[in-house]
Amino acid sequence: MRIIVCIKQVPKAQELQVDPVTQTLKRVGVPSEINPPDANALEIALTLKDRHAAEVVVLSMGPTSFDESLERAVAMGADRSVLLTDRILGGSDTVPTAYALSETIQKIGGYDLILTGEETTDASTGHVGPGIAGHLDLPQITYVSEVRIVDNTVRARRTAEDGTEWWQTNMPSLCTVNFGCNKPRSPTLTGKIRVKRGGVIVHWSCADVGIDPKKVGLLNSPTIVAKVDTIRLPPRAGRIFSGDAKESVRALLDALIRDRVVAP
Amino acid sequence: MLEDKSHFRGVWVFLEGRAGGLRDVSTQLIGEGRRLADLRGTPLTGILPGHGVDALAERAIGFGLDRVIVVDDPMLEIYRSRPYAQVMAQLIRRQKPEIVLFGASKNGRDLGGRLHAILETGLAADCVKFDIDADGNLDMIRPSFGGKSLAHILCKKHRPQMASVRRNVFVAPPHNPDRRGEIVHERVELSPQDLDAKLLEFDEFTKEGGLRPEEADIVVSGGYGLGDPKNFQLLQDLADRLGGAIAASRKAVDSGWVPKTLQVGQTGMTVRPKLYIAVGISGAVQHLAGMQESDKILVINIDPKAPLFEIADYGIVGDLFEVLPEMIRQLDALKGGGVAGQPVLPAEAR
Repeated sequence: MRIIVCIKQVPKAQELQVDPVTQTLKRVGVPSEINPPDANALEIALTLKDRHAAEVVVLSMGPTSFDESLERAVAMGADRSVLLTDRILGGSDTVPTAYALSETIQKIGGYDLILTGEETTDASTGHVGPGIAGHLDLPQITYVSEVRIVDNTVRARRTAEDGTEWWQTNMPSLCTVNFGCNKPRSPTLTGKIRVKRGGVIVHWSCADVGIDPKKVGLLNSPTIVAKVDTIRLPPRAGRIFSGDAKESVRALLDALIRDRVVAP
Repeated sequence: MLEDKSHFRGVWVFLEGRAGGLRDVSTQLIGEGRRLADLRGTPLTGILPGHGVDALAERAIGFGLDRVIVVDDPMLEIYRSRPYAQVMAQLIRRQKPEIVLFGASKNGRDLGGRLHAILETGLAADCVKFDIDADGNLDMIRPSFGGKSLAHILCKKHRPQMASVRRNVFVAPPHNPDRRGEIVHERVELSPQDLDAKLLEFDEFTKEGGLRPEEADIVVSGGYGLGDPKNFQLLQDLADRLGGAIAASRKAVDSGWVPKTLQVGQTGMTVRPKLYIAVGISGAVQHLAGMQESDKILVINIDPKAPLFEIADYGIVGDLFEVLPEMIRQLDALKGGGVAGQPVLPAEAR
């Protein structure tokens, strides 16, 4: 069985904070991480690998700085990784991204299951996973927390709007994985040694894969970001109490009741 | 789809049923879709795939639709990605709407994501506002990274322009049972192969603890500072006194302390209560995205430098294990003597 896990490298979410003066994101020097829902998808793949004879291939699309995350994925237990990296992909929205990843998945070939995170923490669309399934005409199960392989079929537990669903599909199929549904494992020593020995990442260009340059990149993306407005939130009162807990709470409750935020 | 865009006309909204009625995000979509259709001078159409849904279609008209396209097929009885995407793709190719809106529900996103790749057209996720620009394009406005800014997304050449719409952003119009509209039955070719997924089990969420954070006037939300899952009881005790609901930051959910269904923030839910009480939450932007539109924000944190204090209306710098029990005690006293003898703090947390 071959499982392909699609991951993206994103700025580390917890490290991002808003500059209180300029009201913009402090991005400078923010470290990167595997998009957290993608790490949950990888953990599901590695759990399946623990139980079944499976090869886990990690796929990403982006600049070569993404090698950092691909190496981490291999150190966690993935067998190998592929980075689709090409300048002409820059600025691709979810339509070319889903197309380019689909083509790359077909070049990897022989897959039984494709896993992605439910969405990325930096763009938050959740469109690429279902987009790949649409391109490759595969069954899709989105928002899953658990995947089992039973009698050569995929069984996945999906978190729907009003409840939990168990779905069954034939292979190959694609699942998108819920953020936080498991605890991704840490890299192992053997994994790190494999990375150190090298050869665990291959870089492919669009030409290597056979991706049509007229279908990718900023200019071939249906959507553009026309502009971005910074939200300037109205200033808040900022009445901060400190010191003795009893006194602070009394002052706070006085204020809340006076301002009719809570009823006495 | 890249073809002469003047061929595309009309606003469509994808309708989702729920327990014999429409899902609330669908009625909210009809309200906003009506406004956009009027701006464009085009009809507003609801799309309702399903089985035995004519009564629902009839009812949907009353919210402001001009017509409903019903695709009735036993294969569409429950939502499944492939047949629903087939239906939408075939209808869109046949009738060429200019704008198609989906609720940003689990199924709405599942469908939109698959469909936009099949049709090769633009899809903007989780929109909170729409406009029509000077060229007649749909200006699709969505929170961008961390909700600190709003991105204007345009889909200039491709049609239809598609967007998913966040729940509870638009107001559902009142239902007018006298409103007249057309119900059109369309046939779409589906084959048994389209049923590529089988639903084995469904467990409906029970409304545990009653009040959901999205519906509460007061939300008491806990973060990593709580240190231990059992300390969420302290939050619940405070929420009970205030008639509120509890919620959590991503870090608390990440740590496995509370279920993801309680998570506030960019990858969780958005809440807009009258009072949001953040306890032991430092305030990453992703968290802000889910709560910054609260009427009032109260921050309780031991670290005076916690970023969340920057947007606080009220704050207490102090140890939450002293502050919360004290709040509970004083609230009980205010309510007239309080609940004598009732422990307000689990022994372990003292």
